[in-house]
Amino acid sequence: MELGAPLDRVEGWDKVAGRARYSGEQRVAGVCHAVAVQAEIAHGEVLAVDATAARAVPGVIDVLAYGDAPALADTSDFELAVLQSPRVAYRGQIVAAVVAETLEIARHAQRLVRVTYDELGHDVELTPDHPGLYRPEKISPDDPPDTGEGEETPAEVSVDVTYETPAFHNNPMEPHATLAVWEGDHLTLYDSTQGAAAQRDALAALLGMPAERVRVVAHHVGGGFGSKGVPPRPNSVLAALCARRVGRPVKLAVTRQQMFSITGYRTPTFQRMRIGASKDGRIADIEHHVIEQTSTAREFAEQSGVVTRMMYAARARRTTHRLARLDVPVNSWMRAPGECPGMYALESAMDELAEACGIDPVELRIRNEPERDPDSGNPFSSRRLVECLRLGAERFGWSSRPEPGTRREGRHLVGMGVAAATYPAAARPAQALARVADDGSFTVSIAAADIGTGARTALTQIAADALGVPVARVRVEIGDSALPYGPLAGGSMGNASWGWAVLRACEGLRDGIARYGGAEPGLECRADTSGEIKNQEAYARHSFGAQFAEVRVDVDSGEIRVPRMLGVFAAGRVMNARLARSQFVGGMVMGLGMALTEESRMDREFGDYLNHDLAQYHVPVNADVLGIDAIWLDDPDPHANPLGGKGIGEIGIVGAAAAIGNAVHNATGHRFRRLPISPPSVIPHLP
Amino acid sequence: MRVNFTVNGVEQTADDVWEGESLLYVLRERVGLPGSKNACEQGECGSCTVYLDGTPVCACLVAAGQAEGREVRTVEGLADGERLDPIQEAFVECGAVQCGFCTPGLLVQAHDLIERVPEPSDPEIREALAGNLCRCTGYEKILDAVRLAAARKAEAGR
Repeated sequence: MELGAPLDRVEGWDKVAGRARYSGEQRVAGVCHAVAVQAEIAHGEVLAVDATAARAVPGVIDVLAYGDAPALADTSDFELAVLQSPRVAYRGQIVAAVVAETLEIARHAQRLVRVTYDELGHDVELTPDHPGLYRPEKISPDDPPDTGEGEETPAEVSVDVTYETPAFHNNPMEPHATLAVWEGDHLTLYDSTQGAAAQRDALAALLGMPAERVRVVAHHVGGGFGSKGVPPRPNSVLAALCARRVGRPVKLAVTRQQMFSITGYRTPTFQRMRIGASKDGRIADIEHHVIEQTSTAREFAEQSGVVTRMMYAARARRTTHRLARLDVPVNSWMRAPGECPGMYALESAMDELAEACGIDPVELRIRNEPERDPDSGNPFSSRRLVECLRLGAERFGWSSRPEPGTRREGRHLVGMGVAAATYPAAARPAQALARVADDGSFTVSIAAADIGTGARTALTQIAADALGVPVARVRVEIGDSALPYGPLAGGSMGNASWGWAVLRACEGLRDGIARYGGAEPGLECRADTSGEIKNQEAYARHSFGAQFAEVRVDVDSGEIRVPRMLGVFAAGRVMNARLARSQFVGGMVMGLGMALTEESRMDREFGDYLNHDLAQYHVPVNADVLGIDAIWLDDPDPHANPLGGKGIGEIGIVGAAAAIGNAVHNATGHRFRRLPISPPSVIPHLP
Repeated sequence: MRVNFTVNGVEQTADDVWEGESLLYVLRERVGLPGSKNACEQGECGSCTVYLDGTPVCACLVAAGQAEGREVRTVEGLADGERLDPIQEAFVECGAVQCGFCTPGLLVQAHDLIERVPEPSDPEIREALAGNLCRCTGYEKILDAVRLAAARKAEAGR
């Protein structure tokens, strides 16, 4: 009834009126402010922290550093063992903190803290032949680093190329903020997090407390894109430590600049693609060799090669992941970790193969459709990539694509590109409680997170649908670890996981109401989906999509504009058309940034990301976006989960950069294999 | 120092303001109006956009003292009592709001655009809003919202 309807975002009115309270905005009596002092070296040890001048500033309450900071119970994750050791693993690491009556005083005093170091040499630059490259035991989330099957055979046509992507920073609009409040031995953390329950469990373990004594609240979160995932970021830990130490509520807001070193980013990559095929474009062998970095503070092995394990049919297939352990900030999740950079390489190489075979790139992909998942051998729960490609080609006017480097309109070279997209469609166990409220309306509770995705709204629709009542009679409570357990918002699993539990709780309540003979206030039903998820049938569950882009390259300035982009997605049942569209388009625009404007530049001398603000790290702005559209197939997938949805938060970014890069090749006739494709790199290759 | 100014039609006095404090900080931490967001603190993202004597400014770039005796209007002051401004309604209706963190600044900037240019063209909208970064929506629905609000205001004015 309500599922799929373009319902207005339920918290939209609060957000446009300026009433929605984010984590740093709760009003608490007696609050004071903490500011982190960050390491000015990339590798070494803190010798001493001289806080004399800082402490002398009126309004300064305390200064924390290694040696006198409260101890943590678990220091196994160095990134989160804040102020527990003198070791410095990267520039920007938190080495002290100032707590003061106002933020301005804390900031002033922060600059007066003198830290001396024993500096060791640092190694911060990823190179394709780094001497320290090693094979990690596993790649994220829990997969083998290397796979191989089949025998290599001589191929009629081959492509052997290497693509390079720089580091990218998530840059959600809301910088991470935490308000930590201790009441006796209970801690409440108002925290910008993608998962209140997981954040609570992580913080409780770090602090050596039972989970019941920690509560994490995140009613509204200003975007995350992975950077507010769990394990937590060190700022959340620091806020809890500061509040414990001074015995007052402490607010700690990370600045935009600080986000570049302490809240995660996407690793740079070198990706070698080797594809051998017959002249008619059928892939014989495919290889994907990934080189990435990880921090010495915590290993993170981004799974960029996994797309090549499942995307196309081939007789032989090999994927490898190698890491260099560097003195760099901790890289982590950023929207579609693995699939996003990996698909850039795979889909760019497919375009090169199409050209080498003289086959249309859409047709090449269709010819290499696998019958089953090549990785697991399982059938796909549904795989409608071919329909996405065909529909997109028709809508986009693909047949008018020019020969490479041949279409010139005034000062512009014009071209078109295509790329396929995929993203896993998984679900995690969750619990939900549905009950009849005193006024006869319905309340549904789950520790889900709405980081801007529209989860609160979609869950309201799922609940209303299952209860058979209008959405106006349903209130969904989320964003609080005190509610029934919900996994974090990540991996495009949120709605599938939470929605499943909400569905079961509401179905149960509806049955209960029928048995009781009416919606008696207080009637309730709890659901837990762990059993159902454990017993799911063996299917390969993925979303699919096709991305099309048209570019215009200015022959004088090298500037690239994207007048048109179209994404066609098969991503299961769409719960709310209005909110879904923004998720798809938002992902595509982030992909546009990846292709053309975004890049985090490592300063070799100081070992830090240099362009650490929004003036120098260029996320796309309104004027960068021209005509962009997303459509989707009506695609409920009963094998994915009972709702038939597959998750849409990430697939929009996957393949977008490849489509644009392929369009730039089509426009200019030159293949650019390093992102972003910026004017300085383009100009030398223009006519 | 003491700063006297008007916020959303209400006279406000903030005491013990440090000379280096921004208008944004005073609004959020002293006046209790956190609607204007702090996302970059150096005028790059537009999330803190407010009207200062009728002109949109980044509140993070305005020293609190510069607001002395002047009128500030924030996102909390766009509505007419309980009735939201057409631009606020249009943002919800068009799906132009996601995480909501850029929204307050965008609303003020878009409100100003429609006041100045009753029927803005798409390039005018994109240019006017180019200083307001959004990481969620991809901007398309924001454009729809501005078009809708402008059309409604023009209709109401006829």
